[in-house]
Amino acid sequence: MYKIESKNVNLFYGDHHALKDISLQMKANTVTALIGPSGCGKSTYLRLLNRMNDLIDNVRIEGEVLIDNKDIYARGIKIDELRKKVGMVFQKPNPFPKTIYENVAYGLRVNGVSNKNYIEERVTRSLQNAALWEEVKDKLKKSAFELSGGQQQRLCIARALAIEPSILLMDEPASALDPLSTAKIEELIYELKDKYTIVIVTHNMQQAARVSDRTAFFYLGELIEFNDTKEIFTNPNNQRTQNYITGRFG
Amino acid sequence: MKKILSYLFNRFITILLYISGSITSIIVILIVIFLFSEGSGLFGKKPTEEGSIMAVNKTNKVKHLNAEQIKLIFDGEITNWKTVGGKNDSIILFRMDNITDYYTEEQIGENFENLPKCISQVVDSMPGIIALVNKKYIAKDFAGKELKIDKITVTDFLFGKLWFPTAQPVAVMGALPLLLGTFWVSIFAILFALPLGLATAIYMAEVAHPTVRNILKPVIELLAGIPSVVYGFFGLIVVVPLIQSVFNLPVGETAFAGSIVLGIMALPTIITISEDAIRTTPRSMKEASLALGATQWQTIFRVIIPYSSSGITAGAILGIGRAIGETMAVLMVTGNAAVIPHSLLQPVRTIPATIAAELGETSQGGLHYQALFTLGCILFLITLIVNLAVEFISRKRKRVEA
Repeated sequence: MYKIESKNVNLFYGDHHALKDISLQMKANTVTALIGPSGCGKSTYLRLLNRMNDLIDNVRIEGEVLIDNKDIYARGIKIDELRKKVGMVFQKPNPFPKTIYENVAYGLRVNGVSNKNYIEERVTRSLQNAALWEEVKDKLKKSAFELSGGQQQRLCIARALAIEPSILLMDEPASALDPLSTAKIEELIYELKDKYTIVIVTHNMQQAARVSDRTAFFYLGELIEFNDTKEIFTNPNNQRTQNYITGRFG
Repeated sequence: MKKILSYLFNRFITILLYISGSITSIIVILIVIFLFSEGSGLFGKKPTEEGSIMAVNKTNKVKHLNAEQIKLIFDGEITNWKTVGGKNDSIILFRMDNITDYYTEEQIGENFENLPKCISQVVDSMPGIIALVNKKYIAKDFAGKELKIDKITVTDFLFGKLWFPTAQPVAVMGALPLLLGTFWVSIFAILFALPLGLATAIYMAEVAHPTVRNILKPVIELLAGIPSVVYGFFGLIVVVPLIQSVFNLPVGETAFAGSIVLGIMALPTIITISEDAIRTTPRSMKEASLALGATQWQTIFRVIIPYSSSGITAGAILGIGRAIGETMAVLMVTGNAAVIPHSLLQPVRTIPATIAAELGETSQGGLHYQALFTLGCILFLITLIVNLAVEFISRKRKRVEA
């Protein structure tokens, strides 16, 4: 049984056919990397999984997206319930203009948790899991904007972890960070794999090769190749995949 | 040749801009100087007419009175010297006309030649008298003593509870009822306009379909362009009768009517500025909240409003500024009674309405005229503070964003 499964998904932005007949399966506790040149549809596909595309006007979706074997686009699905299960980390760190503590507690508070001890425990645990606890434990009441970019991104990861999702979507989480912070995030992804199913969009080939178990290569809205990461990077089946990962275009 | 022409043209434009800029600045400064020089002349002056004095019996302990006390004495509201710090004796009012109650015309004389003596005797004979007398009828050996009248001070002006600038024998100029009236009307206008304006701004920025928004926004901006006299007219014809019948009042011209009309007038300012502030909330902030399972309303109340709160505050303060300075509409609907307001369903008078209503009746350079200019100065200072507050808040906001 797959954790995430999409069956013949088509997505249109108005007249633009952005995703063409995508079928993908992801197992629980794996890291799947989505790669491809800009505008290939990989971010769109990622945002399909927590229905972030709903925010855009004129979007039409065909096909099925199953999470835990349930169609998330079926009628009667509560989007906020879905998003609690499918956490997301964005390209740019986007902490709220609140304290570090409140940033992490936000997801719990909007979900109706009011038990102070529980919130405190979750905040601590999430910051520890995001490998940020040691750096911020003395300044939890300080504004999140006082942190560095890398720390802010790990705070955003902690924020996503606080509501205990089972899936974590990451949209180029390290693209705005320096190499050192990037290394920390990658290390984190590796550790988080034990508990979460992770889908990561990245432009960075080495990153995909380092962190992921499976890799999907998108090109012009089509899924060109989906295979074990090792296979994709050492022995791609498709010429276009070969060209892309060797840097001939992109 | 072409080069020289273009150089000269550029010089000409530069000089033109320079001149227009400096002229504008100088004019603004001159207006402020004029306002304050006219307005500050009020203080240190006596509130009585030139040429008349107040006289009392020699035995009277009271040495001086202020304008408000004299007004109350001559209105018959203070009837005992004890109230103003004298001994327990009832006050007897004496005006020049009253002389005929005590002396016949023969005794006074055909050309009033005995008048000074008569007045002196009257004042001397009654311990409780207070006499308003023309200076030229004071005898050299006047038996009474002149009562000193307090000069107008800043405190008297700001905290005096009575506004009777044309009262006789003394003008009483306490601006407190006007100040409170202004704040009273403005505060309730904001209490009424802020929730409504904020709700509209949120609706327009976050909820409404783009088509609805594209219609709504110009309509609201149109509201700002309607002349205030039209609002006043609307208030007078619609709001005032409505308040009168709903609350079963003798008159509908009340502070409440003023607040409603001012609230409507402040709405476009509040809506446009708050909406702009709400729309500047980064998309990523909204997405972050939604991705954590927050509903649209949770996102609005917990992320968007806090994020744009300084912009919303700026809008509210500018709305207050508009309400405080508004003249015509308020003049038309508030009833203009210069009393300290105790309820909303009571006529009040604001500072701008006072200036507009009374300036036509004053003589240039007179006490009343100067008092109105002083009110103008106060109004200027209030709006200056309001604008500085907005400046301060938006500067703070830029710092947060940076």
